[in-house]
Amino acid sequence: MHSLRVLRAYLAVGVLNIVQYRSDFIIAVLNALVSLVTQVLGLTVIFTNTTNLRGWTADDLLVLIGIHFFISGLVGLVIRPSMEAMMEGIRLGTFDFVLTKPADSQLLASSQVVAPQAATDVVVGLGVIGFGLVRVGLSLDLVTVVLFLVTLVAGFAIVYGFLLMLSTLAFWFVKLDNILVIFQALFGNAGRWPVTIFPSWMRPVLTFVVPIAFAVTVPAQALTGQLSLPRALLSLGVAALFLTGSRVFWLVALRRYTGASA
Amino acid sequence: MVEEHVRDRRRLAAEDAPLVGPSFGRFSAAALAAYYRRQFASDLAANLAYRGAVAIWVLTSIIQPLVFIVVWRTVAGGGSTGGYSAAQFVAYFLVMMVVDHLTFIWHMWEFEYRIRNGTFSPLLLRPVHPIHNDVSQNLSYKLVGLVGILPAAVLLGLIFDADLSATSAVSVLAFVPALLLAMVLRFVVEWCVALSAFWLTKVSAMNMVFFSLFTFLGGQFAPLTVLPAWMQTVAAWTPFPWTLAFPVEVLLGRRTGLELAVGYAAQLVWVAVAVLVLRFLWARAVRRYSAVGA
Repeated sequence: MHSLRVLRAYLAVGVLNIVQYRSDFIIAVLNALVSLVTQVLGLTVIFTNTTNLRGWTADDLLVLIGIHFFISGLVGLVIRPSMEAMMEGIRLGTFDFVLTKPADSQLLASSQVVAPQAATDVVVGLGVIGFGLVRVGLSLDLVTVVLFLVTLVAGFAIVYGFLLMLSTLAFWFVKLDNILVIFQALFGNAGRWPVTIFPSWMRPVLTFVVPIAFAVTVPAQALTGQLSLPRALLSLGVAALFLTGSRVFWLVALRRYTGASA
Repeated sequence: MVEEHVRDRRRLAAEDAPLVGPSFGRFSAAALAAYYRRQFASDLAANLAYRGAVAIWVLTSIIQPLVFIVVWRTVAGGGSTGGYSAAQFVAYFLVMMVVDHLTFIWHMWEFEYRIRNGTFSPLLLRPVHPIHNDVSQNLSYKLVGLVGILPAAVLLGLIFDADLSATSAVSVLAFVPALLLAMVLRFVVEWCVALSAFWLTKVSAMNMVFFSLFTFLGGQFAPLTVLPAWMQTVAAWTPFPWTLAFPVEVLLGRRTGLELAVGYAAQLVWVAVAVLVLRFLWARAVRRYSAVGA
C-alpha cells in the first residue's frame, strides 16, 4: 500500500511537469506522428512487393507496430528515465539520497523520474492496435483478449527486469549510460519486426539476451491468433525469471554499494 | 615543432578580429591547411581517447542495416524484388552502411545544445569559421569509426553471402568521386538543417521529419527501384538519393555510362545550391544569434 502511494506521488509530479512544459508535449505528439507515418510508409513499400512477410500480413504487422509503440511508450514513461537518473546518481553520488528514503530502494530507483511526453506513444500505440485489429477483422473472443493482456504484462515485466539488470551493472562499471543506447537501438529497430523473420542464429539473442520477442512479437501473435498456449506460458515463466533475477541482482549490488563518499 | 605551431597561430591571427562573426574565405588555403592539420590531430586524439564511446556508436549504426537486410531478404525469398535478389539486397545494405557512415553528420542534434548552453560563442570568437571545426571533428570520427564499420561490413557480407559480382575495377573507380561528392553534399545540406536551431528552440521534430525523408528518398530503407513509382519520381528531384543511393549503386555496378554522368552532374548542382543556401542561412543566423545574446 505504502509502495503504491509512493508510486502515485511520483506520477503526480510527472503530470505536473506536462502542464509546465506544454510545448514539449506538442513536440512529442509531432514526433510520434512522424514516426508512425514513417513506419506505415515502410509497410506500404514492403507490401507493394509482397503479400506476406513469412506469414505476417500488413495488418498483422500494423498490430505489431502498435504494440511496439505502446511498450516503448510505457518504458519511456517511467522506466528508462528513472534508470538513466539512477546510473547518473551512482556516478555522481546522489544515489545515496534514494537509499535514505523510507521505501523500497528498487521501487524508488525505478520510478524516480516520470517523462510524461512518452504517454503520446502509449496513446498512439493503442490507436494503432485498435485500427489494425479492425483491419484484421478478427472477432475477438475472451480467450484471445486474456492471452493478449497476460502476454503484454509479461512482456513489459521482462523488459523492465532486463533494463533493471543492465542498469544495475552501473554499480560495478560506473560509466555505463551508453549501454542503454544499444538497447534502445536494438529495441527501436529490431523490435518493429516479428522475431520470426530473423535467421535462426539471431532469434535466441532477440528472445533471451535482448528480450524483444516476448515484449512485442508474442503479444502481437496473441492478438492476431497465432499464439499457442505453451508459448504464452513460457512468456509468463520467463517474466517471473527476469523479475526475480533482477531483484536478486539488485540486492546483491546494493550490498556492494559503498556510497560516493566512502 | 613549437616554433612552427607559433607561426601557424600568428598566420591565423593575421587578420583583425571579425565584427559580425567569422565568414567564409578569410584565410589563404595554406593557413586553412595548417588549421586543419592541427585541428584534425587534436580531434583524432579525442576520438581515440573515447574509443569506447565510438565503438558503441558504431555498434548501433550496424543494427539498422542489419534489420533491413533481414526484412528484405525475407521479401525477396528465392526470387528477386525490384531487380534485387536476396544476396544483392545484402550487398546493397552493407555498402549503404559504409556510405552512410562516411557521409552522415550529427551536428543537427548538437546545435540546439550549443545554442542553448552558449557553447557556440567561443566558436564564433575564433577567426576561423566554425564549419571547419565541424568538418574536422566529423572526418576524424569517421576515420576512427571506419575501423569498426569496415570489418563489420565484411563479416556480415560473409555471413549473409553478399552478391558483389557486378562490382568491377571500373565501378570502384567511379565510386570514389561519387562518394566524395556525396560527403560534401550531405555535410552542407545537414549543416543547413543544423542551422535551423537558431530559429527553433526544439529541433527534434524537424530532425525527425528530415531523417524520415532521408530514410525513404535516400534509399536507406530500400533500394530506390523497390519504391512505388511516385516515390522514385519525387526522390530524383531531391538531393537525398544523390547523397546515399547513387554512390551505393555506382559501386554495385548498377549505374554506368550516361546515368553515371547525370549522377555526377546532379551532385555538383546540388552542392552548388546547398552552399548558396548555407551562406544565406549563415549570414542571418549569426545576426540572429548576437541579437539573442545581447
